[in-house]
Amino acid sequence: MKPLLSVDELDVRHGLLQAVRQVSFEVGEGETLALVGANGAGKTTLLRAIAGAHRPAGGRIRFDGRDITTLAAHRRVRRGIALVPEGRRLFPGLTVEENLRVAAGAGRDGAWDLERVLEVFPLLAPLRRTRAASLSGGEQQATAIGRALMTNPRLLLLDEVSLGLAPVVVERVYESIAGLLEGGVAILLVEQDLARAMRVADRVVCMLEGRIVLEGSRGELTREQVTDAYFGLGRAEATA
Amino acid sequence: MTWVSAIVHGILLGGVYALLASGLALMFGVMRIINLAHGSLALVGAYMSFLITEHLGISPYLSLAIVLPGALIVGYALQRTVLERSLRAGPLVPLLTTFGLLIVIANLLQYFFSPDVHSLDEGSIGLKAISVSNELAIPWFDVLTFGVAVVVLVGLQLVLRYTQVGRELRATAEDADTAELVGINARAVYARATAVAVATAALAGVFYGMRSGFDPNAGASELLYAFEAVVIGGMGSLWGTLVGGVVLGVAQLVGAQINNEYFALSGHLVFLVVLVARTALGVRGVGFRIRFVRRSVA
Repeated sequence: MKPLLSVDELDVRHGLLQAVRQVSFEVGEGETLALVGANGAGKTTLLRAIAGAHRPAGGRIRFDGRDITTLAAHRRVRRGIALVPEGRRLFPGLTVEENLRVAAGAGRDGAWDLERVLEVFPLLAPLRRTRAASLSGGEQQATAIGRALMTNPRLLLLDEVSLGLAPVVVERVYESIAGLLEGGVAILLVEQDLARAMRVADRVVCMLEGRIVLEGSRGELTREQVTDAYFGLGRAEATA
Repeated sequence: MTWVSAIVHGILLGGVYALLASGLALMFGVMRIINLAHGSLALVGAYMSFLITEHLGISPYLSLAIVLPGALIVGYALQRTVLERSLRAGPLVPLLTTFGLLIVIANLLQYFFSPDVHSLDEGSIGLKAISVSNELAIPWFDVLTFGVAVVVLVGLQLVLRYTQVGRELRATAEDADTAELVGINARAVYARATAVAVATAALAGVFYGMRSGFDPNAGASELLYAFEAVVIGGMGSLWGTLVGGVVLGVAQLVGAQINNEYFALSGHLVFLVVLVARTALGVRGVGFRIRFVRRSVA
């Protein structure tokens, strides 16, 4: 499979703290990759670096064959990268519809528009004129995913979409994500729930203290291997 | 002057303040920049209009066709070259930068135009008034100024509310980092906002120049009233700015009605009362609370 995204020996720092160390991996066209690891393993920082919110200190990021390491975040959106950030980060004073439409301006042309997002997330339809600040957690998450989809991404980065949501709502969110897969969108997701990550992803990458310690496709990894890598126990090794 | 006429003229005077204050409110609302050079930029507009009317022999109104596009370019360039850098250094630095700009502009104007008072010719409209009664005559020029202020503020509000550019501006004002992540070029949005703000300043400057004489140091004093209008109106709210300007104008002229010396004082007092009420009691805005900036993150 031709890689859509390839990350090559990436280093990202927060001041003196090196959050991501020498990370290399690839995401293929239409593939779903889950990024797991404990808090502080560098997952969010890695996603934000790919989206362009953090400038890496070293290494390269290539997307669709072109180097995007130094490209501004808003230009990456135009190329087809969209991040659903941790904590949703909606524009609280804008209505649901405005939150969605504001993202359509700069994105790529494609099948996603306001109508289709409201079709996929029917719970948002009656809330179009409601300010994002007064939405429930699940409604906010749906809006955040919808907002990312409005840019017609080829690679969707999902950061902890289940955080702070009721299990029923998480189930619904993942159901709608499953629907996206049919559209050929590649997904890179960070997920705390290991079982869920291993269920939805084609491939799982486990990070520990900024490094990738385990990588493998769904079939070849056991839950124990991933758990060990997750907590830095043992020397579980597997090849992709 | 009767009380009624003091109030009517106060409302119209409020239009002058609101026109100058609109750009101030826009920049504060979008970027949290307190632009101390705003009044000076308005003056530059007035002086440019003066140059154009002198050399081309056209009216100040027609000169706007050159002044306004020029101001847009100046504003855009100002943001990209100076303000953008100072914004990166923290919230205090833009304040110092624009203060420096105020001094530089005042000195440059003094150098090129001398400290003498200049004025712009408002044309035949300046002589006409609507006479309501023997004691109350409303000058057409004041009505025009107020109308322009309303058109600018309503226009800005409509653009912010209903256009993609407006949505991008509000989104960037609320969370510039996230705006970038949905494809908005935040720096270009900021530059556009400053361009519009400077253009409204220049427009206000030309009307100010037709209304009364101006000298190179008039920028700072006019800025003070514009600031008071913005603060009374609720910091960064466009509708509120119009209300703030009107409240200030009425306060000044009603004060002057009591005693001519109370003109500025009564305006400052109302400003102080609103400021104290807002900080001490948590009262916000003056009835109109259609603010386009909400910093609180859900």
